[in-house]
Amino acid sequence: MVQAFENSRNKIHPHKFLLYVAIVSISMMFAAFTSAYIVKQAQGNWLEYSFPIHFYFSTATIVISSFVLHRSFTAYNAGNEQRYKQFLLLGLGLGICFVVLQYFGWLALYEKGVDLKGNVSGSFFYLITFIHVLHVLGGIAALLLAVYHAFSLKFKVTASRRVKLDLVTTYWHFVDILWVYLFIFLLISK
Amino acid sequence: MANVTTIHEDDVLINEHGYNDHFHDHHHGDKYQTNFLTHYVFSMDHKMISKQFLITGMFWALIGAAFSVIFRLQLGFPEQSLAWIKPLLGKWIVIDPTTGVGTLMPEFYYALVTMHGTVIVFFVLTAGLSGTFSNLLIPLQVGARDMASPFMNMLSYWFFFAAGIVMFYSLFVSTGPFAGGWTAYPPLSALPQASSGSGTGMSLWLISLILFVISVVLGGTNYITTVLNLRTKGMTMWRLPLTVWAFFITAIVGLVSFPVLASGFFMLITDRSLGTSFFLSDIFISGQALDRVGGSPILYQHIFWFLGHPEVYIIILPAMGLVSEVMSVHARKPIFGYKAMVYSLGTIAFLSCIVWAHHMFASGINPLISNFFMTFTMIIAVPSSVKVFNWLTTLYRGNIRLNAPMLFALGFVTMFISGGLTGIFMASTPIDIQIHDTYFIIAHFHLVMGVAAFFGMFAGIYHWFPKMYGRFMNEAMGKMHFWGTMICAYGIFWPMHYLGMAGVPRRYYSFDAFESFKHFSEMNKFITIFAIAAFFFQLLFIINFFYSIWHGKKVKSKNPWGANTLEWTTPIHAGHGNWPGNLPIVHRWPYDYNKDEREFVPQHIPLQPGERSDGEH
Repeated sequence: MVQAFENSRNKIHPHKFLLYVAIVSISMMFAAFTSAYIVKQAQGNWLEYSFPIHFYFSTATIVISSFVLHRSFTAYNAGNEQRYKQFLLLGLGLGICFVVLQYFGWLALYEKGVDLKGNVSGSFFYLITFIHVLHVLGGIAALLLAVYHAFSLKFKVTASRRVKLDLVTTYWHFVDILWVYLFIFLLISK
Repeated sequence: MANVTTIHEDDVLINEHGYNDHFHDHHHGDKYQTNFLTHYVFSMDHKMISKQFLITGMFWALIGAAFSVIFRLQLGFPEQSLAWIKPLLGKWIVIDPTTGVGTLMPEFYYALVTMHGTVIVFFVLTAGLSGTFSNLLIPLQVGARDMASPFMNMLSYWFFFAAGIVMFYSLFVSTGPFAGGWTAYPPLSALPQASSGSGTGMSLWLISLILFVISVVLGGTNYITTVLNLRTKGMTMWRLPLTVWAFFITAIVGLVSFPVLASGFFMLITDRSLGTSFFLSDIFISGQALDRVGGSPILYQHIFWFLGHPEVYIIILPAMGLVSEVMSVHARKPIFGYKAMVYSLGTIAFLSCIVWAHHMFASGINPLISNFFMTFTMIIAVPSSVKVFNWLTTLYRGNIRLNAPMLFALGFVTMFISGGLTGIFMASTPIDIQIHDTYFIIAHFHLVMGVAAFFGMFAGIYHWFPKMYGRFMNEAMGKMHFWGTMICAYGIFWPMHYLGMAGVPRRYYSFDAFESFKHFSEMNKFITIFAIAAFFFQLLFIINFFYSIWHGKKVKSKNPWGANTLEWTTPIHAGHGNWPGNLPIVHRWPYDYNKDEREFVPQHIPLQPGERSDGEH
């Protein structure tokens, strides 16, 4: 068996690579949204507004959740069952918090008079953030599964379970970074 | 992998083959394929999935072709009664109560044109071509057990299937399928009240195509990962067959461009259903101003063509890969300029992503920007010519077998040349403004990426049919199919160039009102007759295909064509996992034909002492 390792080509796990490729693809979709945003903005007739405070909180929440999940992953690798489970659960909680905060952010924005049906700048904001939330929901579904496995299976550090946890946390970091990008983009270019 | 105690069998397999592969224990299929449902329906075997893609693609090709025959009848014989297809088209054929003459309703004519484009471009030449052959050949030719994620691969097919179901359903809604052209420009696509197909028909069209985008992305991620991660030992990138290179590059282009289309569709959906105005502005409906302002229909065109142009290369690149491989095998010669072929594929793919606005020269975009797009469009001729030159030189002094796959490969090259040359004309802005939206455009793209891609696909089907079903297709019928299709294709599209140069616009239901186009009615009859004949030649192919699955001549040896690539080292009827025992190890590039007095040397044969490996330097 050690022999096999010496001959191995030290490649990235195919599922991880699949995820990277999918991330490129998802990024292209958001690149399209933000490019369309820039093009449309340059044509004028553009409503300017300030963001409700909720979006700042949600940004902080998802950034923290990413760190928490990273701690969970390192705890798993270190064989620390307690920390791994706690942080995983906390990460899931923060993820759900993010979605709730986005929802209240939308409501607050609507209260301020920015309507989906109104000026295109508002439509873009709602659409981009909504499609992002859809991707976050995908991450939450994956996290739910990870939590279910963490609590239902006997704790054991194996390569295949490590890969799965790695996939979930990597995807989560992606939706986190994506949100930070979108938030800064929308903040600067509004 | 610092901790040695965590090593177990899975880890070893993951490291050796890229994923945990238990096929050593299951030579005759695996535990997931025990019953009919998991074997034939929800199969995770890439070979079965490729057959599913192919047969679904053939179903749609038949429908798409039938659409074209019906609208060609209207164009060629507008006076003739179409009452005989009333049983099929129902209320879309209106019968004059006094004369009994049945006419096709203009609304449905537009729907037919739209659906013909949508179905052939997306369902047949994207899913049916790339889906079929990427699935079949990538794992077999790189030496992998299956795709990186067989489950995602299965989902890719079923999302395509679901997209097909939704599109098929849209053909039967009472207001008809979408009728605003396959490009679905707003406002016709954005306002449900714009035309009869813009309501339910368009909603279903959008749902179907979003499902389709998901299918392409799921498939594409798998293809890329499989090529990069699951190549067998010795299979370096410069030893990949050109087929795999083509599928790999196609998948990258698809993955970069299809999500952009999805974002455009999301905006279109909100414009349609939620009252946003991304693409709508200054619209008047029966004198009444629409309250939706601030949008830009041109923005949609940019987004659409950012996919739309790469899409035509998504269609043609796999065909190029198939043709290169088929040509080399049946000319018994190494492909000429292997690396140049790869670099030109890459260059075409890259250029395809930065030329989209050449579809929009007439939309009023800045002439300065037009110049940029014109220049880069013309540059595409360079890598394309490199490919054509290499195909011709591959043939030069080859020991050519003129069988059906080779004939179609040759046909591909002629179509690609005659269709490609006109592309250089229309890349030029001033000429494009004259011939924009005329039959010249129709003739160009049908030859260069319609018929040519079909020819590449046929070459692939005739060549790899023995691998798929363990039998040969009938050679005589194959040749008849080729010559019939070849002659008919030129019969249809050659005259269209003249129509286009005279300014005859595409998509028109009838030309009665135009005195200047009256004299083309004979030419339109000519085209229609060839279109009908072409349709019947395709039926010949379908009969041959299904007959040969069960009654074709049996394949007696593993490698009936004497080819070098790895798929021919698997058993004639390979189970899930492809190779019983260990994966083959690759020692050379795939084009060692007629080398050192040997007719062909497959990739898994080690180099002889003193033998110089070709292709990699």
